[in-house]
Amino acid sequence: MTILVIAEHDNASLKGATLNTVSAAAKLGGDIAILVAGSGAAAVAAAAAKVAGVAKVLVVDAAAFADQSAENLAAQVVAVVKAAGGAISHVLAPATTAGKNVLPRVAALLDVAQISEIVAIESADTFVRPIYAGNALATVKSADAVKVITVRTTAFEAAAAEGGAAAVEQVAEAGDQGLSKLVGRELTKSARPELGAAKIIVSGGRGMGSSENYHNVLEPLADKLGAALGASRAAVDAGYVPNDYQVGQTGKIVAPQLYLAVGISGAIQHLAGMKDSKVIVAINKDPEAPIFQVADYGLVADLFEAVPQLTAAV
Amino acid sequence: MKILVPVKRVVDYNVKVRVKSDGTGVDIANVKMSMNPFDEIAVEEAVRLKEAGVATEVVAVSCGVGACQETLRTAMAIGADRGILVETDVDLQPLAVAKLLKALCDKEQPQIVICGKQAIDDDANQTGQMLSALMGWPQATFASKVAVGSGKATVTREIDGGLETLEISLPAVITTDLRLNEPRYATLPNIMKAKKKPLETLKPADLGVDVTPRLTTLKVVEPAKRSAGVMVADVAQLVEKLKNEAKVL
Ligand SMILES: Cc1cc2nc3c(=O)[nH]c(=O)nc-3n(C[C@H](O)[C@H](O)[C@H](O)COP(=O)(O)OP(=O)(O)OC[C@H]3O[C@@H](n4cnc5c(N)ncnc54)[C@H](O)[C@@H]3O)c2cc1C
Repeated sequence: MTILVIAEHDNASLKGATLNTVSAAAKLGGDIAILVAGSGAAAVAAAAAKVAGVAKVLVVDAAAFADQSAENLAAQVVAVVKAAGGAISHVLAPATTAGKNVLPRVAALLDVAQISEIVAIESADTFVRPIYAGNALATVKSADAVKVITVRTTAFEAAAAEGGAAAVEQVAEAGDQGLSKLVGRELTKSARPELGAAKIIVSGGRGMGSSENYHNVLEPLADKLGAALGASRAAVDAGYVPNDYQVGQTGKIVAPQLYLAVGISGAIQHLAGMKDSKVIVAINKDPEAPIFQVADYGLVADLFEAVPQLTAAV
Repeated sequence: MKILVPVKRVVDYNVKVRVKSDGTGVDIANVKMSMNPFDEIAVEEAVRLKEAGVATEVVAVSCGVGACQETLRTAMAIGADRGILVETDVDLQPLAVAKLLKALCDKEQPQIVICGKQAIDDDANQTGQMLSALMGWPQATFASKVAVGSGKATVTREIDGGLETLEISLPAVITTDLRLNEPRYATLPNIMKAKKKPLETLKPADLGVDVTPRLTTLKVVEPAKRSAGVMVADVAQLVEKLKNEAKVL
């Protein structure tokens, strides 16, 4: 039995989310193979070969994978699964926007179900996943020959990035489907840690009032704590911060050591994205705000007074 | 150009669902049901494309129980021209829905299918991608901007690191993210008009699709509750607690 993990990367480096996915794969029992489909991605393949617990790295390096399009990547994954002639029992990817884009396509082409965002593994065919914004946890059993699964990275520790010595093997290229073309990317540049990997997150909501306030009030605190910045949907919709700051059911799922929710009311869709944080602090001027029901430490205060005080005190 | 918009009937986003005590699922009896919010965004986008003269017809499709008719009427009140209900009591999973939609695409020949990126009940985020795969079409998921040209569309997508813009050939599947548009409220005259729009009902067997679930739900439980925290009086006390009690600073 081989478990195929789809590497997430930008042709230059292996994304951390892949390490959490390898840990999930290790819980299934079987040989772990990582597929690196990229263009000029030798460094990614080399990094994948060093990940602890990985038996094999399958590499396909071709222009068709430069932009990681769902169409080309899915066709390649399916080709690898078919070429293995039944040896691949599971296909896993992190439940990031990249993984969610590709894996349903893989599943449909294999005529199997896809199992989204698993948070626990009961056995090789039985998994736990949140539904209804995490207000319920469903245990589901798959009857399909190949299990195609996205993994919620916050639910699995990262595998060690060093220590492995996997064999690297080239696989045949499935080709360019010619269905889509990348026009461009506008990636948010930041020296701060990534939301998904940060130990501390400072998150702001509609209570920030404006983009200027968000930056002037929250950034100094985040800088002092070495924290990542996050936001509620309302703050993103209002244009205070870019879309990739959104934490929640339909944004990013985070579980840092410390999550500071500032001017966020605590709607279920927001809680879905942060309630597994180790320690939650809420600063809100409304004592009735639902965020206080999940906060370990709540402070009823005007954020424009409390946050600068906090920045000065830490 | 015809646009097909699948719409799902789900528990309203404002409702906090309760897990049934026997662990078989969540209790949706007597709970407010609505159109999945991402599908509302999809209908709105399709209707705007029609208003802009890009699309000629907007067809809303819902798969599920008879009551999904209401969801189709809502779509038609926003501006869809007609509705198709694929009626079944079977618990439909994304692969089955994608197959039903494929059969309808073969029949209706739309140039664009606009789906919501995820349904807020099963949180699967799969159907659009699966349909696109089954059709052999391009996909542009998590769209925050759509521009349709002749034979192609330019779509800006919300991704983990920011934004990405793709050019895809048509026919194609697009899935909506929150920032694509703000759906209008259906006006009373439009709600009345929607009641007279054509609504066709089919069964999965009419489309030759096997909708048998591939996944069996063994149990559904409530997640562990966070234990109640404490309120602090001021910033000084907060910092003290974070340093000495929680030890996270
Ligand atoms: C389909 C769907 C998906 C969604 N997905 C997400 C998601 O992924 N993530 C998400 O966050 N939301 C999501 N939402 C939106 C969610 O329902 C809420 O609308 C949103 O989280 C509210 O954001 P907020 O808490 O910033 O704003 P509000 O609810 O308006 O809260 C603002 C808070 O700020 C406080 N405040 C104001 N001024 C001050 C001040 N000076 N000092 C201190 N406190 C102050 C107020 O007391 C209030 O509690 C989704 C909704 C839908 C329908």
